[in-house]
Amino acid sequence: MSSDESGLDKERLTWVLTQMVRIREFEERVKSTFEEHPGAIRGHTHLADGAEASIVGSLAALREGDQVLATYRCHGYPIALGSDTKALMAEIYGKSTGICGGFGGSMHLVDVERGFLGTSGIVGQGIPHAAGAAYAAQIRGKGQVVLSFFGDGASKQGAFAESLNIASLWKLPIVFVMENNNYNVVTRSDQEDANAAAGEPLAVKAKAYSMPGVTVDGGDPIEVYGALRTAVARARSGEGPTLVESKVYRLSAHGNIIAPPGVPLHYPEHEAITVFGNREEYEAALRGDPVPRFRGRLIGDGTLTPAEADAIGTAAQEEIEAAVQFAWESPLPEPSEATNHVYA
Amino acid sequence: MAHELPYIAAINEAIQLEMERDESVLYFGQNIATTDDDPFLTAFGSDRVRVTPISETAEIGMAVGAALAGYRPVVELYMAEFMLVAMDQVVNEAPRFRYMSGGKVKVPLVLKAGYGFTAGWAGQHTGSIYSMFVGVPGLKVVLPSTAADAKGLMATAIRDDNPVCYFHHYLLTLEHGEVPDGEYLVPFGEAAVRRSGGDVTIVAIGWMVDKALAAAERLASEGIEAEVIDPRTLVPLDSKTILESVAKTGRLVVVDQATRFGGASGMIAAEVAEFGFDTLKAPIKQVTALDATIPYSEPMERFVLPDEDKIVAAVQQVLGQAPVAA
Repeated sequence: MSSDESGLDKERLTWVLTQMVRIREFEERVKSTFEEHPGAIRGHTHLADGAEASIVGSLAALREGDQVLATYRCHGYPIALGSDTKALMAEIYGKSTGICGGFGGSMHLVDVERGFLGTSGIVGQGIPHAAGAAYAAQIRGKGQVVLSFFGDGASKQGAFAESLNIASLWKLPIVFVMENNNYNVVTRSDQEDANAAAGEPLAVKAKAYSMPGVTVDGGDPIEVYGALRTAVARARSGEGPTLVESKVYRLSAHGNIIAPPGVPLHYPEHEAITVFGNREEYEAALRGDPVPRFRGRLIGDGTLTPAEADAIGTAAQEEIEAAVQFAWESPLPEPSEATNHVYA
Repeated sequence: MAHELPYIAAINEAIQLEMERDESVLYFGQNIATTDDDPFLTAFGSDRVRVTPISETAEIGMAVGAALAGYRPVVELYMAEFMLVAMDQVVNEAPRFRYMSGGKVKVPLVLKAGYGFTAGWAGQHTGSIYSMFVGVPGLKVVLPSTAADAKGLMATAIRDDNPVCYFHHYLLTLEHGEVPDGEYLVPFGEAAVRRSGGDVTIVAIGWMVDKALAAAERLASEGIEAEVIDPRTLVPLDSKTILESVAKTGRLVVVDQATRFGGASGMIAAEVAEFGFDTLKAPIKQVTALDATIPYSEPMERFVLPDEDKIVAAVQQVLGQAPVAA
């Protein structure tokens, strides 16, 4: 599908590229923080680079009042939904100015005002939360739709099976977006998924729950948007959920290295290289990088001039640089704040 | 004004009243509202009252999501052990969201679960597993022992802005009691002094409250006046009332149907040992289930559980009136 057949006008197409570029810039800066500000980011951080087209193409199908829940790999969604990148970066830096005051960190970003209800750090366990929000939306009767983002690994969790069954049974207004990046940490899907091992797309799982299942190229925001537009319309009209398998390639390792305090953290190379010795797989993914691919397409079809595309990149660099500076200079929380928010 | 109701009906009365009062209260779970004439269904409709599949992770997880989205779900879980199927949702999702968001969201929900069905249900449907949830910051844990409290604690649980584990005792299901009419709220963190006495404090949990009261009557015939305290909520725990009683009596017996290690009785004993040690005239005594799975056969089941005789013996021991067991 070419961009002019997408149903997105120039303004929306520009919005899509802009959000993709902002997410990429944010993730690049998080990654470089491990050298730039060693020790500033603690624990485990997961990046969305490679999934930008899937994230933004999905969110482009939403309207005001819709809601989103996701996983610990969660930086991209609130960026595209309009959360303040300063507050997001400050959260990852553990600062009091963070979007959750330093209580959540990289894995637990929340921005209710923008429809981002939160994440679970436990694989698959956020799927029923999204189904519950969709149940709430159904009762409220205002036509809201909920997007549930999770990875391919989560589809082997009981939470996935239980939630898709109820969502289909109750015709909940929800779309299940499985970002299939083909790896569970260091395990390839064909090592742990019966459908993958049989050479079938993971979207066939939808059949077990009597809902549509589609597979899309998650590197193409227009294709993702097309699938989501159909699925969101189905959800909004009361026909029930859809499972969308969005095939992406994460361009970074699962997360930064897991190491005890004292060992400087960093991002290793992708598991295709470090575990499976398959550098060509990774380099092929880099050649298909969705961000330059979509930028090239919008320039190629005349939607944007190269100068306009460059301006998007420059603005993103300036914005995220300011976010890093804000995060770095912001104060840490008072230690005694730790006993706040245990109970409402 | 009050009326007499069985414990289980008092719970339902609270849910009904709260659903009438607040449209955001939902009630869903396994094996409820399966027929069109179900009273909850006819009163509140299928948006707010739904039967679910046997899918505890989805039931509880969806309650979390619905709560995040502004509703107040009550999940019918039948048996406390079924929560174990969905332990992540109970322990590592529901009580974490508010905290991890820095207070931006709240998760008001009630997990209604029966426990302690020690009537021949053998090893997997009889546990008193509430202590597993006591050490989870963000969760509240309540255990009504009377019909009135069953109503009042459920109403308070539904209005609370936090996830509440509401454990009702299966062997109290048909026990009748006076229940206040209309709106009735029992505050969390306020123990009930069920019987006053100056010689010994007995803190009894859930089903053990009646047994402690029966033991206290027997002891009274021997001239021993026991004060019986029902904490009613383990989180928050009313340590103040317990400490004040021990300051008066100087002696403490804690009675719990649960096993001893890692349990609520040890927690209560530790509170008194740390903050009331100088008021104690004798060592604290715990009367708990033996550290075993509940057996099927009746004499063995009785053997592992605390009972009136064991409570009486423990009280006599802390009063120095019986030989100390080796």
